[in-house]
Amino acid sequence: MAITQILIAAAAAFFWGTVMRERGRAWFLLAASVVVIFWLQPALPMRGFDFWIPVATLIITIFSWYITANEEARRAGKNRFVIAVVAGIVLLLNLTRYFPVTQILTASRPPQIEIYFAILLVSGLAFLILTRLAKFNAALLSISVIALILIFLAIKIPALTYWVSYGLRVLVGQSLTEVKALDFRWLGFSYLAFRIIHTMRDRQMGRLPAIDLGEYITFVIFFPAFTAGPIDRIERFIQDLRRPLIAPGNDDLLIAGQRFLVGLFKKFVVADALALIALNDTNALQVNAAGWAWILLYAYTLQIYFDFSGYTDIALGTSRLLGIHLPENFSSPYLKPNLTQFWNNWHMTLTQWFRAYFFNPVTRWLRALRVWKRPLPMPIMILLTQIATMLLIGFWHGVTWNFAFWGLWHGLGLFIHNRWNDLTRLRAAAWAVTPLRQTILNVSGALLTFHFVALGWVFFALSSPMTSWQVILKLFGVR
Amino acid sequence: MNQIIKPLNVLIKGLSLFIILNFLFAAWQPRLERISAYNVVFPGRERLPFGEKSAQAYNLSLFDLDAMFASHVIHREVKADDEFRVILIGDSSVWGTLLKPEETLAGQLNVANLSACGKKVRAYNLGYPTISLTKDVMLLSFGMEYDPDLILWMTTLEAFPIEKQTASPVVAKNEETLHRLGGRYGLEVEADNPGLIQKSFWKNTIIGDQRALADIIRLQLYGVMWAATGVDQIYPSDYVPAQIDLAADEKFHEAEPPVLDMKSLALNALETGVRVAAETALMIVNEPILISSGANSNIRYNFFYPRWAYDQYRGMMSALSEQNNWNYVDLWDAIPADEFTNSAIHLTPEGEALLAENLVPLIVEMCK
Repeated sequence: MAITQILIAAAAAFFWGTVMRERGRAWFLLAASVVVIFWLQPALPMRGFDFWIPVATLIITIFSWYITANEEARRAGKNRFVIAVVAGIVLLLNLTRYFPVTQILTASRPPQIEIYFAILLVSGLAFLILTRLAKFNAALLSISVIALILIFLAIKIPALTYWVSYGLRVLVGQSLTEVKALDFRWLGFSYLAFRIIHTMRDRQMGRLPAIDLGEYITFVIFFPAFTAGPIDRIERFIQDLRRPLIAPGNDDLLIAGQRFLVGLFKKFVVADALALIALNDTNALQVNAAGWAWILLYAYTLQIYFDFSGYTDIALGTSRLLGIHLPENFSSPYLKPNLTQFWNNWHMTLTQWFRAYFFNPVTRWLRALRVWKRPLPMPIMILLTQIATMLLIGFWHGVTWNFAFWGLWHGLGLFIHNRWNDLTRLRAAAWAVTPLRQTILNVSGALLTFHFVALGWVFFALSSPMTSWQVILKLFGVR
Repeated sequence: MNQIIKPLNVLIKGLSLFIILNFLFAAWQPRLERISAYNVVFPGRERLPFGEKSAQAYNLSLFDLDAMFASHVIHREVKADDEFRVILIGDSSVWGTLLKPEETLAGQLNVANLSACGKKVRAYNLGYPTISLTKDVMLLSFGMEYDPDLILWMTTLEAFPIEKQTASPVVAKNEETLHRLGGRYGLEVEADNPGLIQKSFWKNTIIGDQRALADIIRLQLYGVMWAATGVDQIYPSDYVPAQIDLAADEKFHEAEPPVLDMKSLALNALETGVRVAAETALMIVNEPILISSGANSNIRYNFFYPRWAYDQYRGMMSALSEQNNWNYVDLWDAIPADEFTNSAIHLTPEGEALLAENLVPLIVEMCK
């Protein structure tokens, strides 16, 4: 998000939170979130698709609500009105194609309105068919989770993204000579998919509360958190949404304002400055000494933190003005004395998501598993679950070898820390009996963890395993 | 006692302080540009900062001459007793477009390990990639603060037209320096030249001057990359070579044959440069140009110059030099056509080496 977009969004949140307060807040959040997904979607070279991608986001969201909502919530008359409002907003955005001025709310001139009507018709028919399939709800949920994962893979695997770009160009009859994987970018899909999968899994487990369509759409595409999280939980989110927004007190305004300004400073001053000197594919091969390579790596390590946590602060500050208290995502992760604590404090909502929907179920399954009638040894179970979870977190960022190595690095790191902790915990406790010794232990642990994480960023920052390996050798003065 | 903090008060106080700070900044005008991490934390740059794609070149174009010179290696070097200091001024051919620092003319002269007047020759590249005599004079006036023993002023006809003088952003954005040169050395500056950007009080505030301040900070940050990589421009693996087949056009800017009107040329800037150099040895060099043998090369030497205009320019420079007793060298045809890169004045490393070979005896000669 550009700073002007952030300031406009924050100003709108401030106005609604302080002037309008509860009057129409839910509708404002819904309408603003719908507009923002069009507003933030980057321009795509495939004609019209920077408009159709947000439309697809909305269709997927509405479909997901339908299959996750209970019967009572589905029948509520308000839902039809919500659909009419959302469709109306999209129609208005589509109509801006006739405005003689430059497009402001969409990345490029919106496509022909007839196509939009055709999509509405087809989507309506699909929903009609869906109502007849209501008894297959459980199967539909599983199929939908798989479908979301497939779309996710199509976006995250460069080879597949290339073919998606290729196919879309064929569809709109554009030249195929300039096809690139990067042509196809679906803003916010990673977060969208994880929020939706969370609701689907909770529905499967019977934990999902009754939610109306408006609430569901607002949760999934909530504009302050749409592009960079955090990944909230729907039962927590709707509590805030349903709680009447009273005039924010001094403390609320101060905390929200401070959080917002700190976020702006972190992102647009610190992170953007560090970005000039952070490790990347180009400078990785140009750097001429180990010392400078470390400086570039430190710059990247700090940049990624300030960038990401800055956006989180902006989201938390903005949403607080609207009475939504999004969960924290970072808590001084680089100061933690071990890797396990690092991961409990880095992108916390993502790790909590993986813990809830992957790590814990897989651990339960492994515990029940019998190999030659014997349970798996605990260390093996820990190794498998840690590596599998971290590999998936790596793939969440992109399905490439480098993200796989990054996941493997952290998975192994977590396993080693787990074993080391088991072996040395008592001895360490016996040694660290004075505050000084405890401090020595904490500081040395934090330094070691920071450098372990920093080395892992080499794979994250660069695009090829070969370049990453060369940089690691350079860092240790081998080349 | 719990004090109640009112956000509105915080906002008003914060804004008031910021406004006051802006006014103080504009009134005081602290010389922040003179504070530089170069030559202290990072090695000084071998050439003045210039770059259009900063993220890849680890360099950027800024127009604060103090900040530019503070980042240059010459700013640190205390002139040793045995140093014969040569400064080179001129356009992109001196700065070294497509060339690494050691491949530029200054770099080649340093590699040659020359001695002059019993001292070791150390050449400093003060070229800048825009073509304007006035820009050269401005840079020379800053370069004089570093006590040069010899000034090599590489120039070409394209730097002479009056309309080119303020076209360089370095000139346009340094109106004060221009007026100082006007007052002290007689540089002719039109008071109401529309090309010059005047700095208002508002422009001197933090907000008004934010771009320039940000550029200075970015320049310091790119010092890390300069130190880490030694890269200060993009070196493309391929480029479009200088034009060989030329248009059948006899015009040079607005001038048409048969006579090149001397009034359309900024000869005053050249004379000012000589006055700025004062007692310091100055060698004016007509830099090599590409002599094309392609289509219409009977009309034009290259993209820049129709033959008639360039020939008259050379004649004029010879006459002026003789008349004013200037130390002038004409190396216009010293480099073969295949040693030019993407422009009729940009040389390959081999071309620069050839040029250096031509200049070495002349530099040594300056002592006699």
